[in-house]
Amino acid sequence: MIGRFAHDLGVPDRCNQCQPTPCCSPRDAHSMLVRMISIASSAMLVASCHEGVLDPHGPVGKAERVILYDSTVIMLAVVIPVIVLTLVFAWWFRAKNKRAQYRPDWEYSGRIEMIVWSIPALVILFLGGIAWTGSHDLDPSQELKDSAAPLDIEVISLDWRWLFIYPNEGIASLNRLVVPSGVPLRFRLTSTTVMNSFFLPQLGSQIYTMPGMISRLNLKADQTGTFQGLSAQFSGDGFSDMRFDLVSVRADEFKEWVTSTKIHGGLLDATTFTDLAKPAKAENPQTYAEVTEGLFDSISSSHTAANPLPQGN
Amino acid sequence: MLGRLSWAAIPFDVPVVMIAAGSVGFVIVCVLALVTVKGWWPYLWREWITSVDHKRIGVMYIILALLMLVRGFSDALLMRSQLALAAGHAQGYLPPEHYDQIFSAHGTIMIFFVAMPFIVGLMNFVLPLQLGVRDVAFPVLNSVSFWLTAAGVLLVNMSLVIGEFARTGWLAYPPLSEVAYSPGVGVDYYLWSLQISGLGTLLSGINLTTTILKLRAPGMGYSRMPIFCWTALASNLLIVASFPILTATFAMLLLDRYCDFHFFTNEFGGNPMMYINLIWSWGHPEVYILILPAFGVFSEVVATFSGKPLFGRRSMVVATMAICVLSFMVWLHHFFTMGAGADVNGFFGIMTMIIAVPTGVKIFNWLFTLYGGRIRFTVPVYWAIGFMVTFVIGGMTGVLMAIPPADFVLHNSLFLIAHFHNVAIGGVVFGVMAGISYWFPKAFGFTLNERLGKAVFWCWFIGFYLAFMPLYALGLMGATRRMQHYSDTHWQPFMLVALAGAVLILLGIVLTGVQLAVSIRQRERHRDMTGDPWNGRTLEWSTPSPPPPWNFSLLPQVRRPDAFWGMKQQPNPAQQRTSHRTYETIHIPRNNAAGFYLACFAVLLGFSLIWRIWWGAGLGILGAIAVGLVQAWRTDGEIAMSAEQVMAFDRLHGAKEPAA
Repeated sequence: MIGRFAHDLGVPDRCNQCQPTPCCSPRDAHSMLVRMISIASSAMLVASCHEGVLDPHGPVGKAERVILYDSTVIMLAVVIPVIVLTLVFAWWFRAKNKRAQYRPDWEYSGRIEMIVWSIPALVILFLGGIAWTGSHDLDPSQELKDSAAPLDIEVISLDWRWLFIYPNEGIASLNRLVVPSGVPLRFRLTSTTVMNSFFLPQLGSQIYTMPGMISRLNLKADQTGTFQGLSAQFSGDGFSDMRFDLVSVRADEFKEWVTSTKIHGGLLDATTFTDLAKPAKAENPQTYAEVTEGLFDSISSSHTAANPLPQGN
Repeated sequence: MLGRLSWAAIPFDVPVVMIAAGSVGFVIVCVLALVTVKGWWPYLWREWITSVDHKRIGVMYIILALLMLVRGFSDALLMRSQLALAAGHAQGYLPPEHYDQIFSAHGTIMIFFVAMPFIVGLMNFVLPLQLGVRDVAFPVLNSVSFWLTAAGVLLVNMSLVIGEFARTGWLAYPPLSEVAYSPGVGVDYYLWSLQISGLGTLLSGINLTTTILKLRAPGMGYSRMPIFCWTALASNLLIVASFPILTATFAMLLLDRYCDFHFFTNEFGGNPMMYINLIWSWGHPEVYILILPAFGVFSEVVATFSGKPLFGRRSMVVATMAICVLSFMVWLHHFFTMGAGADVNGFFGIMTMIIAVPTGVKIFNWLFTLYGGRIRFTVPVYWAIGFMVTFVIGGMTGVLMAIPPADFVLHNSLFLIAHFHNVAIGGVVFGVMAGISYWFPKAFGFTLNERLGKAVFWCWFIGFYLAFMPLYALGLMGATRRMQHYSDTHWQPFMLVALAGAVLILLGIVLTGVQLAVSIRQRERHRDMTGDPWNGRTLEWSTPSPPPPWNFSLLPQVRRPDAFWGMKQQPNPAQQRTSHRTYETIHIPRNNAAGFYLACFAVLLGFSLIWRIWWGAGLGILGAIAVGLVQAWRTDGEIAMSAEQVMAFDRLHGAKEPAA
């Protein structure tokens, strides 16, 4: 499915096959239409090459890419003819063209009216179906159907860093998310102060992190590798550096990482968290060997930004 | 005494701001000096500042919008050049605390102080002329609306030099915009300038809605009303319905900020998500407030220059009103990523797409209006064709993002930025530019230079594609909006192309100024003596250019849609000669300075509230009330133009209108 539509669009499946093409060659510069299509398609070609949402490495992102391609192709089937017809009609019916028939009173045709209402209606009926099933199949809060048991991760957006707590492992990591590949990731997310959006472009869906709220997200990395993560919701001066790496490793490597974190990491309790909660720009990743139990829940349920900490424990 | 205001509020240490402010100040001083030396003040006061003529007010709205376009566009250039530089480890030349103000100001200014005054200005100028009436329903209120908008503009621009602007983005989402995270005056500037100008917009909406519903030429039933009036009706109904939501939402945020309330705070049960819902239940209708009149302009332009009636008029009206209603049912698509759940997201996704149906119908109807036409390729037609080609691409990416799972990966990305600029520039700006070159001869009596007009079009058209197609690609690559720098150097070439596009658009804006100057110099050569330079179809072309203050010496009788076209096809011989006309005394509203004074007090009120100068705020309120009271007791609101005076004007201008 993906392959077929990708082929239709001229988008290669593998990244290393594509060459960044210049936006327009002199040959097709004559035609506005050809130029635009070539800009659009070459932009997509280049875009698909480099770590974007068109180069997903997880089931959620892949399903979303199918939707992107399918619906784009469906719409292009109408949009391209409309652009062509606009230019053709405008050119043919120019005042200087003596061969064009001038029909100064022609203003209605029931048949054409029916067609012009039906074409968009049919397209939208089709796309509406995609939207409805898509939003159910890919609801961020819905757990992925997978044989492996999900890994729980709690995400807290700070000003302006990301804190990841592994509740079952009892460890935490700052600005670096290490996960086992092939295992569903079950996120619960909140924020200490303002809104952010937790987004891993190559894994799929993003979701807002909001103070006093818990949002849910389910993703999975199919392969090992390092993928960029970021905040996609402006959150203040340090926003641009609110980036992190998601490191997807083999299951055994993940176990090793957990073990070594438990040995080498620091302590994350109310006091260290108070320091973390102070506004600060991005810094090097850190790990914590021990996390006060219930830290995430106390933050998400506390409605007092000035005092987001569990009192004693 | 001066609240929070002190010398520290003026950013002497930021050269960009000081140079910009210095040069703007210099230009203002020069203009004021010129006006004083030439002795133009009485003329300006009499003919423009205190004018309640809808045509003058419309022109002033558009001049205001053009000036603010320059301001908003300088912000855009700063942003594009910052992002062209700040790749990898480079941080560019604008630090975040400054950059954040620039993108917030760019969005705020472009929507509220460029797009809105452009659209309101066009509607103001055109509506009474197309409806065949002598003025809007409430002429003095019209002047008040304009001057309140100007007051908002002044406040926004003061923030450049005195204090700071919001660093929150153009919709100031809490909790970021709450005192806890934005303690400065930036958000206050944002809120008060928009409250004041928003009041102006609401009053204007009420005024124009009333005008369309209650004042139309004899015989002009709804079925004969020009299509631009229909789109304006939809737009103004949306203003009346949605701007109160904006005002109430901002009022709640103001209470949070000033009186320690907790509508949207993190603490004490405040709910920021409520703000986001409310602001978008204004914000989405706002999109259609802007685009519907632009659709109206294209409908007029395509029909006029094809020399044909609009194809599928009734469909067009149905489509317009359908969009008007549907636009209130889609707001949630601005935040599918809040996690509302599959049913809610699915519903709003589908509702959003349904709007594409009437919009698609409109595109097809323009297409079939071209079909069988005899198309004259004037500047407005260039904009219209450019619009049709560009807008369908923006519509497509819009529908794409209406699919919730697609939005999950595109939300807040540069793809989104590219999409809404695609419809805002390709739709609203192109529409306004088409409208300006179409109606300019009506307003000033001579046509604009065509060659330069076409050059302006090509700059905008190609500039748009260069500036925003790379942004679509960057969005797919994972680039998000509002970032001040980025680490991936692969993005830089795209950013450079986008900058080149912005420079080309800059050239277009400069050429617009050149076009105006050249056209004014050549005005005698392009003088329109007929009042109907384009062989138009609607009533505004039946009166001389520029029209007299009373618009129509005799009210036209409307017998069909495209009324003026019908009159030209089947003239009524009895009324052709001026000597056969029976003139009556016409009452036109007297000049009124209430709007101007009110705006002065509004600026004082807003500025004082922003800086917590309570005595100033009190003075502002008392002054505004006093203006209202004086206004309430005025006795001589109108001037009578005798039948002889009207006849004299008509004889002088040849009385082309074949009034029935």
